[in-house]
Amino acid sequence: MSIAPAPRSFRSDAAADTAAERSEDYLWTLNFGPQHPATHTTLRLVLKLDGERVVDAMPEMGYLHSGFEKLGEHLTFNQYVTVTDRMNYISPMANNVAWHHAVEKLLGIELTPRCRSIRTIIAELARISDHLLSNGAVGLDTGAFTFFLYAFYQREVIYDIFETLCGARFTNSWTRVGGVSQDFTPLVIEKIRTFVKTFPKTLEDMERLLTRNRIFVDRTKGVGVLSKEQAINSGASGPVARASGVTRDLRKDEPYLAYEDFDFQICCASAGDCYARYLVRMAEMRESLKIVAQALENIPAGPVNVGIDQRTALPTKQQVYSTIEGTISHFELSMSNRGFEVPSGESYGATEAPNGELGFYLVGDGGESAYRARCRPPSVLHFALFPQLIRGHTLSDVVAVLGSLNIIAAELDR
Amino acid sequence: MPYEPPAVDDVLAAVTARFGPLESAVFRGQTSVVVPAAQSFEVLEHLKEQGFDLLVDVTCVDYLEYRGAKQRYGLVYLLASTTTNQRLTIRVFVDDPVSADEKWPTVRSVEPLWRAADWLEREVWDLFGIQFAGHPDLRRLVMPEEFTAHPLRKDYPLQGRGERHNFPVITRDHS
Repeated sequence: MSIAPAPRSFRSDAAADTAAERSEDYLWTLNFGPQHPATHTTLRLVLKLDGERVVDAMPEMGYLHSGFEKLGEHLTFNQYVTVTDRMNYISPMANNVAWHHAVEKLLGIELTPRCRSIRTIIAELARISDHLLSNGAVGLDTGAFTFFLYAFYQREVIYDIFETLCGARFTNSWTRVGGVSQDFTPLVIEKIRTFVKTFPKTLEDMERLLTRNRIFVDRTKGVGVLSKEQAINSGASGPVARASGVTRDLRKDEPYLAYEDFDFQICCASAGDCYARYLVRMAEMRESLKIVAQALENIPAGPVNVGIDQRTALPTKQQVYSTIEGTISHFELSMSNRGFEVPSGESYGATEAPNGELGFYLVGDGGESAYRARCRPPSVLHFALFPQLIRGHTLSDVVAVLGSLNIIAAELDR
Repeated sequence: MPYEPPAVDDVLAAVTARFGPLESAVFRGQTSVVVPAAQSFEVLEHLKEQGFDLLVDVTCVDYLEYRGAKQRYGLVYLLASTTTNQRLTIRVFVDDPVSADEKWPTVRSVEPLWRAADWLEREVWDLFGIQFAGHPDLRRLVMPEEFTAHPLRKDYPLQGRGERHNFPVITRDHS
């Protein structure tokens, strides 16, 4: 007596029981997110698994969509900076700088040398804090908790610098059209100087902890490989593209702020895997530190905001109370429809944010807010890469790849 | 000194030689070229062969309330070259369709040329309601699937049309 064969398929519809579908019968689906500690933020992945191996992944976003671009059409150029804080909230200063870089390009404002220099310093400190978190999170997700604590301690030091500078640790809203809200004080310079002195030692400790750590290397090397052609074709930018051998860095290729005055290198790797992305971020922190060290000792003297004659940045209180131009300028900037002269034109201003190319496509219509404020977020293009990076790897590699792409849902969904 | 991007005159000359005269403008050092919607794919394909290997962004502007605008939607393709650092903006203008059987303005998708266009075009479809013919998977990207409006259009109010208040509440009994 023979045993009856097990049913091939649980479905009764025989017509749908094609060979292709039959071969996928044993696959099962895992829902990863939108709320999961290893996604760090609210994003969702639907993974198709063969045992532990990921056959396919379907990333889904939109859980944190808050209509930032619609808000940009209703807030003035200075008000919107508070919204940019909340985009990539692990480096808000870099977003502030990117937003006002684009606005000043549209309005045709040329910054003072002092403003360019101190914005460069702050943008590089933001880059260091961003890379500390994203590398720290890769370490944390692959089991290196100590490394994460070392990284987070240094982030705290940078928060402290930002707090001394502008009063806010996290949501800084520091830049203004044509200038900044607070100039550097001697205390800020002293704190940055201390950071420049002490940070290399921590960076060395961090590298000793993780860069040659057997477990970490095994979990990240050869995982999530992105080729150079794929990186360019998929619009990757920042450390993700540079780890795949794309030598594009807007700080060198399209120098903005004061970057062309400083000596620094573009950090690239050719492997394109998670380990290469980690190494690129580690190396970039050293280069950023070099820029900060050079810029800090050579901050030009003079005013930080553009002059009263340009009528874009608020004059100082002394100017308001002692000069007629200052009084008029302050009064007009506080009135609606009397402030900036916005051209009817469209421009795209991009900066090299820690995560990649962060640009704003702005349309001006003469009004005091943008007619359209498109944000080009690097995270969207990186998250779209995810399925092709994870195919064939195991479930535990999902967090390594996700961490190395450094996807921030607030910037992803806007 | 503000940075001056490399000139794109030779590329423009090659494009006009092949596709006829196209309207172009320079603002803040950026060159933008207006391409008819019927030719957009061919022009972009040609530009990709000319060395613009990076599609930086695809987005759209709704010119409903814009002074002097002739057509309603203006698509924006931001191109860049990773070798020469040239940048070029391609503008494609479309209008709402006049015939009743077509519901949405349609442009040919550039997803076959750049994979970057996949999600960027999905976002434009989601927020502006512009169809991309030939896109493999044109679903909404950031708004929920059951959403019916396209919120970045200028006739959509800032505070929405009450979708949040009228959102169906699922109770334990009905789930």
